[in-house]
Amino acid sequence: MPGQTISEKILSRASHSTDVRPGQIVDVDVDLLYMHEMLAMALLPFNEIGTMKVWDPDKIVVTLDHWVPPPTPEIAKMHQTIRDFCRKQGIRRFHDVGDHGIVHQLIAERGYAQPGDLVIGSDSHTNMVGAVGAFAAGIGATDTAAVMATGRLWLRVPETIRVDIHGNLADRTGAKDVILKVIGTTGDDGARYAAVEFTGSTVKSFPMNERFVLCNMTTEMGAKVGLIEADGVTKDYLAHAGVPFRPIQSDGDAAFSKTYTFNVDGMGPQVACPSNPANLKPVEDVEGTKIDVAFLGSCTNARIEDLRIAAQLLKGEKVAPGVRFQITPASQIIYRQALKEGLIEVFLDAGATFTSSTCGPCFGGHLGTLAGDEVCISSTNRNYSGRMGSPQAQVYLASPWTVTASAMHGEITDPRKV
Amino acid sequence: MQTRFQGRVWTFGDDVSTDHIISGKYLGTTDPKVFADHAFEAIDPTWAKEVQSGDLIVAGANFGCGSSREQAPIALKTLGISAILANSFARIFFRNAINLGFPVIECEGLRDRVKSGETIELDMARGQVRLPSGDMMPCSALPPNVLEILEAGGLVPKLKKELGTRAAR
Ligand code: SF4
Repeated sequence: MPGQTISEKILSRASHSTDVRPGQIVDVDVDLLYMHEMLAMALLPFNEIGTMKVWDPDKIVVTLDHWVPPPTPEIAKMHQTIRDFCRKQGIRRFHDVGDHGIVHQLIAERGYAQPGDLVIGSDSHTNMVGAVGAFAAGIGATDTAAVMATGRLWLRVPETIRVDIHGNLADRTGAKDVILKVIGTTGDDGARYAAVEFTGSTVKSFPMNERFVLCNMTTEMGAKVGLIEADGVTKDYLAHAGVPFRPIQSDGDAAFSKTYTFNVDGMGPQVACPSNPANLKPVEDVEGTKIDVAFLGSCTNARIEDLRIAAQLLKGEKVAPGVRFQITPASQIIYRQALKEGLIEVFLDAGATFTSSTCGPCFGGHLGTLAGDEVCISSTNRNYSGRMGSPQAQVYLASPWTVTASAMHGEITDPRKV
Repeated sequence: MQTRFQGRVWTFGDDVSTDHIISGKYLGTTDPKVFADHAFEAIDPTWAKEVQSGDLIVAGANFGCGSSREQAPIALKTLGISAILANSFARIFFRNAINLGFPVIECEGLRDRVKSGETIELDMARGQVRLPSGDMMPCSALPPNVLEILEAGGLVPKLKKELGTRAAR
């Protein structure tokens, strides 16, 4: 018997079996269920199931993120429904408007997910949380209702694909460029139904904020989960949560269904062109493309480190005339930190806008959507047509470095030349 | 459970995302009619009006990729699409559809053998599709646990039966 991957170890424990293998269907106990406004959609099937009570209010976290603050009376009502439900059900970890964040970021920064946990989120980018060494998968509304009622979920044990990354990146190049390169190589369904585990010296050297970027966009490879073994970096990041740290890693003889090896030595910035996250070009090939909008936001790249990059480039500079540059932090905690560090003033002086934390523009919901003839460069994770507004709008995905440099020049710009 | 479906086909390509099926700007409600009325608007603004109950969707690879929004399969089911046949499905879309009791079947290569407007027949029990030419081609069998959910009419009825619960008012 070969050893197990991280994913197989967690699924074995959560299904009370010793040795699960890829392809097997297992019933797992969920350690943490988290939700955003999808809870409102899940309430219909939840009420229909009829258990009345959630299985364990202490294993549920809820926040509001897609529409904050609510742009219509109907959405304000939806928030009310969610608020009432959490109060009645005794869900103490309900993070209301004011204490909110994009849910994946909120779960990560508050240390709610720990290595080895089986985490289920009502959103496709739940994969991000796997960067702490948890099995973190996204589901839809009916599955969410089922977990709320029973605390259990069926899962197919995924094969694990290893993505091994080595080498030192060029200046002003980071995890976003690496994951765009990976997706450009595997395609946007290259890891469908699979677990993706990142290994290698480049990954090891990444701090948590960069590791989150890698796991976040495994969703754009079709993966069920993204994982990175929990090490000293993970331990330090989670220390504030006050939970004993349990390291987790794949066995030396674990079976991977496939291994991709990337040597990123000297690799520069990458861009995903309209309208697929796998439509990859090195920045040199798209330099000079005129833009109307630059967006720095979303669960992928709007952490404090990303905001610092933007401030570093913008300090004493201006956003190009005619370009709107919107910066939206991924959580209230990050907002406060940006305020403390004086970053917001730099943004405003440069002519950028800085908004409350929300998903808004990322999914074309509100607070900054795109018109049909607009071209946008964005730090988000998806550029399918219509994603950020009009189906005719063109969206390029890039790193915070490239997004900010482009905002300053009014065209796609290699950040190393700024 | 109905296992045979005969209907008119609508074809789509690869990587149809849930953003294509129902745009983010329509998600600020829980009303299925809103999702149905705007289905595939970004690709063809008249589609939701032309589609008829009993029609089938035939698509390429990775159908339903992107967001986890269950509003996507809800929109298509509400319009009366009886089944979706694709080369492959994105995982959350697949689960969501099955949970709603909405048949989604992998049928590698079908996309290249039918055109929009033609009629095909799906026999889920036999795992076969009858093409417009009359030729038969095989489709993938669903795993037993997935079939069980479909047979129960979706995950909610299945759970109610198992838990012995009734809908809360
Ligand atoms: S920021 Fe965008 S990708 Fe992330 S959870 Fe919100 S809508 Fe989804």
